[in-house]
Amino acid sequence: MDKLASKNVFVFIEQRNGEIQSVALELLGKAHELAQKLNQKVVAMFPGYQISDKCQTLIAYGADEVICMDCPQLKDYLTEQYAQAVYQVINKFNPAIVLMGASTIGRDLGPRLSARLATGLTADCTSLEISEDGHLMMTRPAFGGNLMATIMCTEHRPQMSTVRPGVMQKASKDDSRKGEIINFTPQFDESKFKVKLLETIKNEKTKIDITEAKILVSGGRGVGNEEGFRKLEHLAQVLHAQVSSSRSMVDAGVMEHDKQVGQTGKTVRPDVYFACGISGAIQHLAGMEESEFIIAINKDKFAPIFQVADMGIVGDVHKIIPLLTERLTKEMSNK
Amino acid sequence: MKIVVCIKQVPDTTEIKIDPVAGTLIRTGVPSIMNPDDKGGLEFALQLKDNYNAQVTVITMGPPQADAVLREAFAMGVDRAILLTDRVFAGADTLATSNALAAALKNIDYDIIITGRQAIDGDTAQVGPQIAEHLGLPQISYVTDLKFDGEKNFTVKKETEDGYQLLSVDAPCLFTVLASANKARYMSVAGIIDAFDKEVEVWSADTFPVDKSKLGLNGSPTRVKKSFTKGTKAAGQMYEVDSEQAVEIIINKLKEKFII
Repeated sequence: MDKLASKNVFVFIEQRNGEIQSVALELLGKAHELAQKLNQKVVAMFPGYQISDKCQTLIAYGADEVICMDCPQLKDYLTEQYAQAVYQVINKFNPAIVLMGASTIGRDLGPRLSARLATGLTADCTSLEISEDGHLMMTRPAFGGNLMATIMCTEHRPQMSTVRPGVMQKASKDDSRKGEIINFTPQFDESKFKVKLLETIKNEKTKIDITEAKILVSGGRGVGNEEGFRKLEHLAQVLHAQVSSSRSMVDAGVMEHDKQVGQTGKTVRPDVYFACGISGAIQHLAGMEESEFIIAINKDKFAPIFQVADMGIVGDVHKIIPLLTERLTKEMSNK
Repeated sequence: MKIVVCIKQVPDTTEIKIDPVAGTLIRTGVPSIMNPDDKGGLEFALQLKDNYNAQVTVITMGPPQADAVLREAFAMGVDRAILLTDRVFAGADTLATSNALAAALKNIDYDIIITGRQAIDGDTAQVGPQIAEHLGLPQISYVTDLKFDGEKNFTVKKETEDGYQLLSVDAPCLFTVLASANKARYMSVAGIIDAFDKEVEVWSADTFPVDKSKLGLNGSPTRVKKSFTKGTKAAGQMYEVDSEQAVEIIINKLKEKFII
């Protein structure tokens, strides 16, 4: 696309069942900051069905313009339908920057669009800044979180980036903000719609979102198996906490992926994070080191987890956790 | 049915450590493995071979030593292996990587293409969907289960943040698969012995028609401007005490922080 003529910071607004996802609002906050530096506008690209009444919300969170694509073909996310719609918007409006959430939707749509547009896409960014010469500097973890890399796309437009949910801050909502709403009807080539959505199933068990927990009791290889995790469950019950896990226990099939903390799992910031039998691979630390207070329990006193822990206990989780649960149960009943 | 699985040799990132003084990655002695998501994808392909007599080809792009993951795939049971190796491919970002793989795939017969969701050294999850776009194929990413009707339709389970979706698609199409989707088979003993006698086809950028300006570093729209390690915060208080005392210390801290 034409680099010199390109302008404005576009945000892909992700909705599910008509509900605007938090990451989209976080991106509007960041986009506002970037657009101010560039002296340009924030434009929300909003595909969905029966969503027009929600455009004002996007303006309240920082959009100067909303391109509303309200059509039945866009009711549920499907790759080709969304790729056609968003591609046409990008082609028509020539944005300098396109931001998307690094969700299962953004990480499916982003690369499809980058190939269609023949431009670069930087995945899972944790920091976005504008360089002195007006390019986007995109910083992301690499090598399982062992390394941070700053990536630029100076010769192609748009500069595209996906951003992990929970990393950027939402702007505070301002209902008095004014903006323009543009209705855009994509021209669909329905012969390319090959994938059909049969059913969407919400996992009953996974309604708990570990990123919302105030206290997390997290287990790793040292916890070992289901029986070990039951001990953590008991402690979590007493503390009204949630149980989470390192990658090894998810790979071993002991825990579900949505309970995984780390670079390829979730980023968490609870008030207290118990790291039980977790050695602390850097890819795990990447997901929890921002926790308010970290208590690590591990047999190996050289385990890297102790480098980030506020309190390190060298000991056996299989002994300490049940004892702690028992003592806490007594403490609580004495209150 | 013909299946092509794209695999990648990666450093085992769980084994990478940081030099605390220099703040750089210690990569020596880090084992190279077949990327876990790719292995999940390969397992699905081999199950389709077991049940429907599918023909399975693996392809990888990398340095000559990436031959090792192709031998591993042979030992797991694939029929054909192709190594794309050429200096022209080096330094590629995801788009340039997908350009090379898609151009090569145009010279291979396939009904479906399978890739891993993402590789553990980059975690981008981009190359699969980008290949699908170049080849004009429908894609389903984050696949955790595949059901084949024996003719051409697949019912596919796709993982989402809060559950899953069931999707239906006909071949030709591309899937990106999660490592947790299945338990990949081990190499068989006979397979390991045979793997060394089998021929890995080595393809350069001259083996198939491709626009070389779209390959490698020159064909990459993104560039790494700098890389750095994150500074770690100061370690906290360590206690090497018996379990009773440890529990006492934890409880006192939780009280101090008004957690209990």
